Amino acid sequence: MPAKNMEQMEDHFETFRILDEQGNVVNEQAMPNISANEMRELMRRMVYTRIWDQRALSLNRQGRLGFYAPVAGQEASMLASEFAMEKEDWLLPSYRDIPQLVWHGLPLYQAFLYSRGHFGGGRIPEDVRAVMPQIIIGAQCTQATGIALGLKKRGKKNVAFTYFGDGATSQGDFYEAMNFAGVFKAPAVFINQNNRFAISVPVEKQTAAKTLAQKAAAAGIKGVQVDGMDPLAVYSVAREARNRAVSGEGPTLIETLTYRYGPHTMAGDDPTRYRTKELTDEWEKKDPLVRFRNFLENLSLWSPGDEEKTVEEAKQDVASALKKADQVPKQKVTDLLKNMYEHPTPNIEEQLAEYSEKEERK
Amino acid sequence: MVQMTMIQAITDAMRTELKNDENVLVFGEDVAKNGGVFRATEGLYDEFGEDRVFDTPLAESGIGGLALGLALQKFRPVMEIQFFGFVFEAMDSIVSQMARLRYRSGGVYQAPVTIRSPFGGGVKTPELHSDNLEGLFYECPGLKVVIPSNPYDAKGLLISAIRDNDPVLFLEHMKLYRSFRDEVPEGEYTVEIGKAKVVREGSSITLITYGAMVRAALKAAEQLKDEGIDAEVIDLRTISPLDTETITQSIKKTGRAVVIQEAQKQAGIAAHVIAEINDRALLYLDAPVGRVTAPDTVFPFAAAEDVWLPNEKDIIEKVEEVTAF
Ligand SMILES: Cc1ncc(C[n+]2csc(CCOP(=O)(O)OP(=O)(O)O)c2C)c(N)n1
Repeated sequence: MPAKNMEQMEDHFETFRILDEQGNVVNEQAMPNISANEMRELMRRMVYTRIWDQRALSLNRQGRLGFYAPVAGQEASMLASEFAMEKEDWLLPSYRDIPQLVWHGLPLYQAFLYSRGHFGGGRIPEDVRAVMPQIIIGAQCTQATGIALGLKKRGKKNVAFTYFGDGATSQGDFYEAMNFAGVFKAPAVFINQNNRFAISVPVEKQTAAKTLAQKAAAAGIKGVQVDGMDPLAVYSVAREARNRAVSGEGPTLIETLTYRYGPHTMAGDDPTRYRTKELTDEWEKKDPLVRFRNFLENLSLWSPGDEEKTVEEAKQDVASALKKADQVPKQKVTDLLKNMYEHPTPNIEEQLAEYSEKEERK
Repeated sequence: MVQMTMIQAITDAMRTELKNDENVLVFGEDVAKNGGVFRATEGLYDEFGEDRVFDTPLAESGIGGLALGLALQKFRPVMEIQFFGFVFEAMDSIVSQMARLRYRSGGVYQAPVTIRSPFGGGVKTPELHSDNLEGLFYECPGLKVVIPSNPYDAKGLLISAIRDNDPVLFLEHMKLYRSFRDEVPEGEYTVEIGKAKVVREGSSITLITYGAMVRAALKAAEQLKDEGIDAEVIDLRTISPLDTETITQSIKKTGRAVVIQEAQKQAGIAAHVIAEINDRALLYLDAPVGRVTAPDTVFPFAAAEDVWLPNEKDIIEKVEEVTAF
C-alpha cells in the first residue's frame, strides 16, 4: 500500500474516549444508552473486583491459592465490556479474564478451585454460557468464531465475546479467527486487551503496526481502538459491536488500551526487569476506578458509603468463597481417570482398579 | 570446576557456544531482556546484544519457521519454546519441516536447529506447561531428542546439540532446574548425543529411565539395597536415538529390568524400550520387563500431581514384583 494510504488508514483507528482522566465527559454526543442504576452496578463491580484482586494476590503469597494473573488496572477493559453482554451471550476468556467469567456467572469459589488446579473449577454451571479460560495463547479466538457461527446457524440472537492480550495478536489463531468470522459474518466480538506487555515483551516489539485495531482491516472486519481505562467508552464500543453482530453486520475487533499494574502472573515474574516505575505511575494516573468514581460522584450516583459497602461485601464474599473451596474434596487420580471418556476404555478400567486400590491403602 | 545448578549449566552452554561460533543465535519469547521466564538465558542479551539474542513476537509457529529459515542461511538457531505444552503450535515447523528437510532435499539442506524447552511434572504449573510429550517426538524420524538429568550432562549435551547438524529437541525438566548443584567444568566439553550412562552399577536388575525419574530410580536403588536387591540404573540421556547397546549389555548382566517414565503409560517411550529389549535380549530375561508410568489421563491439574506422578515407592513395588517372578 502506498505510504499515504497507509497513514490514512492508521489515522482512522484513533482512540475512542468519553471520560478524561479526571472523569469529565469529553465526548458528550457519544454517551452510551446506560441507566444510572447500570452505571452504579458497573462501578460496584469494578471496586469489588479490585478488592478481590488484592485479596487473591495476598492469598496466593500465603499459598492458599494457586495460579493467578493479576488484573488491577484492567477493570474497565474487562468489566465494562462484559457489561455489554447479555446473559445468553457466550464468553471465551484467557487465563487473566477470570473477572468477566465470574460476572458472567461462574461462582467465585469455582474461580478459586481453578486457581488451585482443581477440575471442580472447570465445571461451568449449566446456565452459564462460557468456556474455561484458555492457557494456549490465542486458541480461544478461533473457537469464538465457531461458537458465533453456531449461534447464527441456530438462529439465536446472541454473540460470542472473546478476550486476548496484545501478545496473542501475533498468533496465527488470531488472524485465522477474524478471517473466518469475516467470511462467515459470524456474530463474534474480539476484544484485544492491549496492556502493553506480553510478559516482558512490549507491544512495540510485538508488531510494527501502529495499532492492533487496524489488524481488522486485513480480515475485512470492523476495528476500533478504545481508551481501555474509560469504562463508558469501553461499554459503548462493546455494546455497539454486540448490536452490529446480532443484527447480521458481522464481527468487530476492539483494541482496549489498558495496563496491568501487577506482575504478569504470581509465578515469579518480576516486572522491574522490563518496565519502569514511571510508566506504571503514568498509567496509574489513568486509573479507571478513580475516573469513574469522580464522574459518578459529580452526578451524586456514588458515595464513600457505597464504596465502603462494596469493599466490605467483596472481602466477605472472598472469605466465604475460599471457605467453600476448602470444603471441596481433594481430587483423586480415580476422579481424573473417570473424566477421560464417557465410558471407561479397557486401559482406563484397569487403571481405575489399580488406583482405587492404591487410594484405599493410603 | 564450579558448582552449578542445571539451569546455570544450560546458560553456560549457550554462552560458550555464542562465544564459540558467531552463527549461533538464541531467540524466543521473553528470552532477551527478561532472561527467560526461568532465567535460562540470563545475561546473554547483555553480553551478546540484540543481534544474537532476541525476543520474538508471541508465535511458536513463527519461531519454528524462523529457525528453519535462519538455518538455511547457515545460522545455528537455538530457539526456545517457553513451556513444552506450547510446542503443539510449532508442531508443523518441527515435525513436518525441520525433521524432514535433509530427507526431502536428498541431503542437500540441513536444519541445525536446537529446540530448548522446559517440561516435566511436580512443579504445579497450570495446564499444558508440564506435559511429558517426548513420546510424540521419539516417534518422529529425523529429529534427535535429548533429556539431561543433571548439570554436567546438561551443559555437555547442550553444546553437542548446538553443534549437531540435525535438529535436536533438548528437554529440560523443570524440577531439576534448581533442585541441586553439580561440578561442572568451565569452558567447552561435550557429552555425546545418543549415549546412555550407567549411573549406578548393579547385578540383580536394571532400572532404565531418563530425566527427573533418574533421581527417583537412584533413591529406589538405595532402598532396595537393604532388601538385598542390587539395582543397576541407566540414565538414557538421549531418547532418540536410543542407546540399545548399553541397555542390552546391562540386561545380559542382570536378567531383569524395569523401565520408568514420568509420562502416561500410552504416551512415553517405555514401550519402545521394552520392544527393543524383546528384540535384542529376550533370551537373557528371567522375568517380563516391568514398567512404571503415570496413568492414562491428561497431565493432571496441579491439585492432583503428587499422587499422579510415579515415585520411588512405585518403582520399589514394581522391582519387587519383577524380582519375585
Ligand atoms: C501458545 C502459548 N505460548 C506461550 C505461552 C506462555 N505465555 C503465557 S502468557 C504469555 C504472554 C501473553 O501476553 P498477552 O497475550 O499480551 O496477554 P496478557 O498476559 O498481557 O494479558 C506467554 C508468552 C502460552 N501460554 N501459550
